[in-house]
Amino acid sequence: MSATAAPPAIHAAGLRKSYGTQVVLDGIDLDVPEGTVYALLGPNGAGKTTTVHILSTLIAADGGRVEVAGHDVDRDPDGVRAAIGVTGQFSAVDRFLTGEENLVLMADLRHLGRAEGRRRAAELLARFDLVEAARNPVSTWSGGMQRRLDLAMTLVGDPRIIFLDEPTAGLDPRSRRTMWQVVRDLVNDGVTIFLTTQYLEEADRLAGRIAVLDHGRLVAEGTPAELKRLVPGGHVRLEFADNGEMEKAARLFPGASRDDESLALLVPSDGGVGALRSLLDQLEHASIDVDGLSVRTPDLDDVFLSLTGHADTEKGAA
Amino acid sequence: MTANAHVLSDSATMLRRNLRHMQRYPSLTLFMIGIPVVLLLLFVFVFGGTLGAGLGGVSGGRDRYLAYLVPGILLLTVATAAQGTAISVAMDMTEGIVARFRTMAISRASVLTGHVVGSVIQTALALVVVMGVALLIGFRPTTGPLAWVAAAGLLALTSLALTWLSVALGMSTRSVETASNLPMFLMLLLFLGSGFVPTQTMPDGLRWFAENQPFTPIIETLRGLLLGTPIGDSGVIAVAWCGAISLVGFLWARRLYEREPAHR
Repeated sequence: MSATAAPPAIHAAGLRKSYGTQVVLDGIDLDVPEGTVYALLGPNGAGKTTTVHILSTLIAADGGRVEVAGHDVDRDPDGVRAAIGVTGQFSAVDRFLTGEENLVLMADLRHLGRAEGRRRAAELLARFDLVEAARNPVSTWSGGMQRRLDLAMTLVGDPRIIFLDEPTAGLDPRSRRTMWQVVRDLVNDGVTIFLTTQYLEEADRLAGRIAVLDHGRLVAEGTPAELKRLVPGGHVRLEFADNGEMEKAARLFPGASRDDESLALLVPSDGGVGALRSLLDQLEHASIDVDGLSVRTPDLDDVFLSLTGHADTEKGAA
Repeated sequence: MTANAHVLSDSATMLRRNLRHMQRYPSLTLFMIGIPVVLLLLFVFVFGGTLGAGLGGVSGGRDRYLAYLVPGILLLTVATAAQGTAISVAMDMTEGIVARFRTMAISRASVLTGHVVGSVIQTALALVVVMGVALLIGFRPTTGPLAWVAAAGLLALTSLALTWLSVALGMSTRSVETASNLPMFLMLLLFLGSGFVPTQTMPDGLRWFAENQPFTPIIETLRGLLLGTPIGDSGVIAVAWCGAISLVGFLWARRLYEREPAHR
């Protein structure tokens, strides 16, 4: 990795935005290296969408400097626009056109030429499994299909930097996995992805770096591993049939907290396979009978609780 | 700039998009043609006998009123089409795709130009149908082809002016309902002019207003071009009004499009 040589795909310093007296972004600094996935994690109302809107030239910041693909968003917005693709939270498709027409429209606006535009449209329809419905108006499509078309439209011009604003919100698990695979494929091709999400799991699976946004401020920034180290709350819950077994286990794991009423022991752990195996080995070695076992990994609530001191009460409100 | 190099091709792309919308969802277009046709028939066959008698002269009656009414109905067609434009622009601005256009390196004017040119084409179509119905029920222009071409030119100019104005009106609202009501004042303005009855029959204050509002010189010029009545300086005033309304509508619409989308 030559992280020092390549200029960042996205660079923001001191980003501010207010609507009236409501401060939405209160001094944000971001550096996204080229060819990586960067996740902006936060609850509803944290300022994620506003950040994407500013970085993608949709709205202007009140203060701060932003460069995307080496172009200043204020002085050279068209330079930025030529390099980026945006898939927002609300379907940016033309519902009155067919799927194919939507893609050809994008190709025309990217000035790809008639033949190349049609070729690219056909290729993307196939890639996103939309061939069957391609000739039907998008208004008759399901929400998941519209989402896939939305992303396909973003990819028409082969943008080098792609913004995905909550790309999997409201998707079923299968579509979510498809979306994740698309993101991984894009990064393998050297594309930079800036995504926002409410799900720690999603950021963890996709992103090289995660920034946690809360009330317009970045409260943490780092690799998923770094971030998880900041977050207590992950543990393995061991349940026992009787008090004797539990006492033995409690001596084995002095750091564990006990729940005498339900004969359970909470052993701090990151919940990974390695940690589990070693835990089971220790139990086996000490000949302790365990009645039940469950793993609890840290989630966004834990992140927010530990980083901000308040729970993410708004999660799932939208 | 790279984006401005493609003004024409981007505008053509947007025009194709708008024409496809109209073709796929023709109900708005049919409505825009239906209203003036119904009003034409209503005024000629229900009110026409009485109103025609009021115009004076010997031949009198329904045919005379038909000849008097047609220029006003043509302008009503343009105004109805403008209302349709405001509705479709307001609808379009609520679509996510317009937000996507804003993040793409395309000519900013092209989204609006596509709407305007599409609407003018739609209006021309409506005018042809309305004129066809008028001819069918006995309207007979008394002038030559050159005057007809001039009349078509003036209608195109009027359509351009009202379309830019309604594009701006459509964008200035956040809801489609408001947008559909805004151009109603155009309809009202039409009735407060020389389109349906001569202004001489109105009380003084109203008459002054009717003679100095933009629609009256346009109607008087059309009447002159189609029926050979005296035009006077109405022609110049009509063209000046069209130019002024176009410019205001264009500048207003462009400013509204540059405006940041609402915070949601």
